[in-house]
Amino acid sequence: MIEVRNLTRKFGDFTAVNNISFTAPKGEVLGFLGPNGAGKSTTMKMITGFLQPTAGDASVCGFSISSNSIAAKKKIGYLPEGAPAYSDMTPKQFLGFIADIRNLGGNQKREAISAAIARTNINSVINQPIETLSKGYKRRVGLAQAILHNPEVLILDEPTDGLDPNQKHEVRKLIQEIASEKTIIVSTHILEEVSAICHRAVIIANGNIVADGSPHELEGRSRFAGAVTITMTNTSENSDIANELKAINKVDQVEIDPITSRITAFPAVGENIFPQVWSLVQLKEWQIKEIHHERGRFDDIFRSVTCEKEYSQEQGGEL
Amino acid sequence: MKNTYFIFSREFSGYFKTPVAYIFLIIYLLLIGFFTFYFGDFFTREQADLQPFFQFHPWMYIFLIPAISMRLWSEERKSGTIELLLTLPITMWQAVLGKFLAAWAFTTIATILTFPIWITVNYLGNPDNGVILTAYIGSILMAGSFIAIGSCISAITKNQVIAFVVSLSVSLILVLAGFPMVQNLFIGWMPSFIVDAISYTGFLTHYQSISKGVIDLRDPLFFISTTAAWLFANTIVIDSRKAV
Repeated sequence: MIEVRNLTRKFGDFTAVNNISFTAPKGEVLGFLGPNGAGKSTTMKMITGFLQPTAGDASVCGFSISSNSIAAKKKIGYLPEGAPAYSDMTPKQFLGFIADIRNLGGNQKREAISAAIARTNINSVINQPIETLSKGYKRRVGLAQAILHNPEVLILDEPTDGLDPNQKHEVRKLIQEIASEKTIIVSTHILEEVSAICHRAVIIANGNIVADGSPHELEGRSRFAGAVTITMTNTSENSDIANELKAINKVDQVEIDPITSRITAFPAVGENIFPQVWSLVQLKEWQIKEIHHERGRFDDIFRSVTCEKEYSQEQGGEL
Repeated sequence: MKNTYFIFSREFSGYFKTPVAYIFLIIYLLLIGFFTFYFGDFFTREQADLQPFFQFHPWMYIFLIPAISMRLWSEERKSGTIELLLTLPITMWQAVLGKFLAAWAFTTIATILTFPIWITVNYLGNPDNGVILTAYIGSILMAGSFIAIGSCISAITKNQVIAFVVSLSVSLILVLAGFPMVQNLFIGWMPSFIVDAISYTGFLTHYQSISKGVIDLRDPLFFISTTAAWLFANTIVIDSRKAV
């Protein structure tokens, strides 16, 4: 359980995080999204007690990170950005050190270390100095360190950054496996990751929360939600087809993607246009290669909320 | 307390992970021997004491301790592990103290390894071993102050070279403050209490009396409080420069 209340952090005149609040209950994987420099890492650094907030507070399992930081820190497993680790130690020594500090002794320590090693699949490098490990292994050593004491709260700053697709898959699987009994905050800018593992996405831009909802909800808010996209076998008649689609009265506008030559018909607000478009396709016997009823696009909603100005200019330019 | 020990032992074993620690020990022992026997006139003085040996300690420390202390916090900052360390359930003081004690223990070992010189002087004559013990304690206390300075300065920068150079300069200034040469610069035109104050902050003033076996409680107290003050500054520096 994480509660963030009116958290603010200023660096001089610059406000990195501006009065943000959210709550993440147990069992939830919260995706923390935003462009680089939006304030994701700063927020995580405040929740984990590394940085003092300028104003506001965060509490972890009921312990305030400002007034009861040691108790709060005991509940947290944290993977900082870039997965820093003492490079002169081997993963085994490193995890041993973390276990000592985390107050795990004897059997508990041994079990915790071997469980973390098994979970993150680092058994083959356990006695090599961390500085000699590949990026993927380093990241996994960092993850092993974060989950070592079986924390109630996991905060992972870009856990899949720099991993290959297989490694990404493994990390996501790990998060899904342990998600039910923990509260997890994951920051990322890989959008498909959010749909894959997060129950909820919070998008942050310029230090403010600009969107908060389930990935499905957020996709539904994109202008592509409910749109119908057609790819023709022969693209030469695209503009005629666009005009005919535009004539359907529930269709608000039609766009042709200049690169992929896909035709997208956007519905008027709250309308379902798929039946009409589909009957038109059948009636006119268009030779279509593909027809797609869009759920909404995460990258579209991401762009629209994180850089509103450029986004609206782009949309304006195409009309 | 336990956490301080865990930080200490991680840091301390870190010194011996690379050959640097051994090289350092060898250089330290060779240099101190060289200074004692060649520049200190150990034999020609024909006195059974370790004055020529102890008088070089401050000068050795000025150069060698910044080399030990420079990595304490700079490396944590550079590699980003400072974020890991300070989000573990430990207090800032435990971290600062653990690291300080590791560097101090290492320096103490280096100093204790000079024992052959003590054996030598006992073989050659009948020195006052009480004086020698007092001088050793004084030297180790002074080393603690140098390490606290180096630790605090290494928290300012990610760059170990900068940490080394700045620590060396600050240590040098603090040693020289008690030197007659520096004193003479101020005598005559400065009020005498300022001259006394400058002299009082000088390490040499306090070290010289201890190393001669003169036990004045104010001298060990000076080094202990200097160490504490710099370690306190260390915690403040870390706190204020975490985000940089």
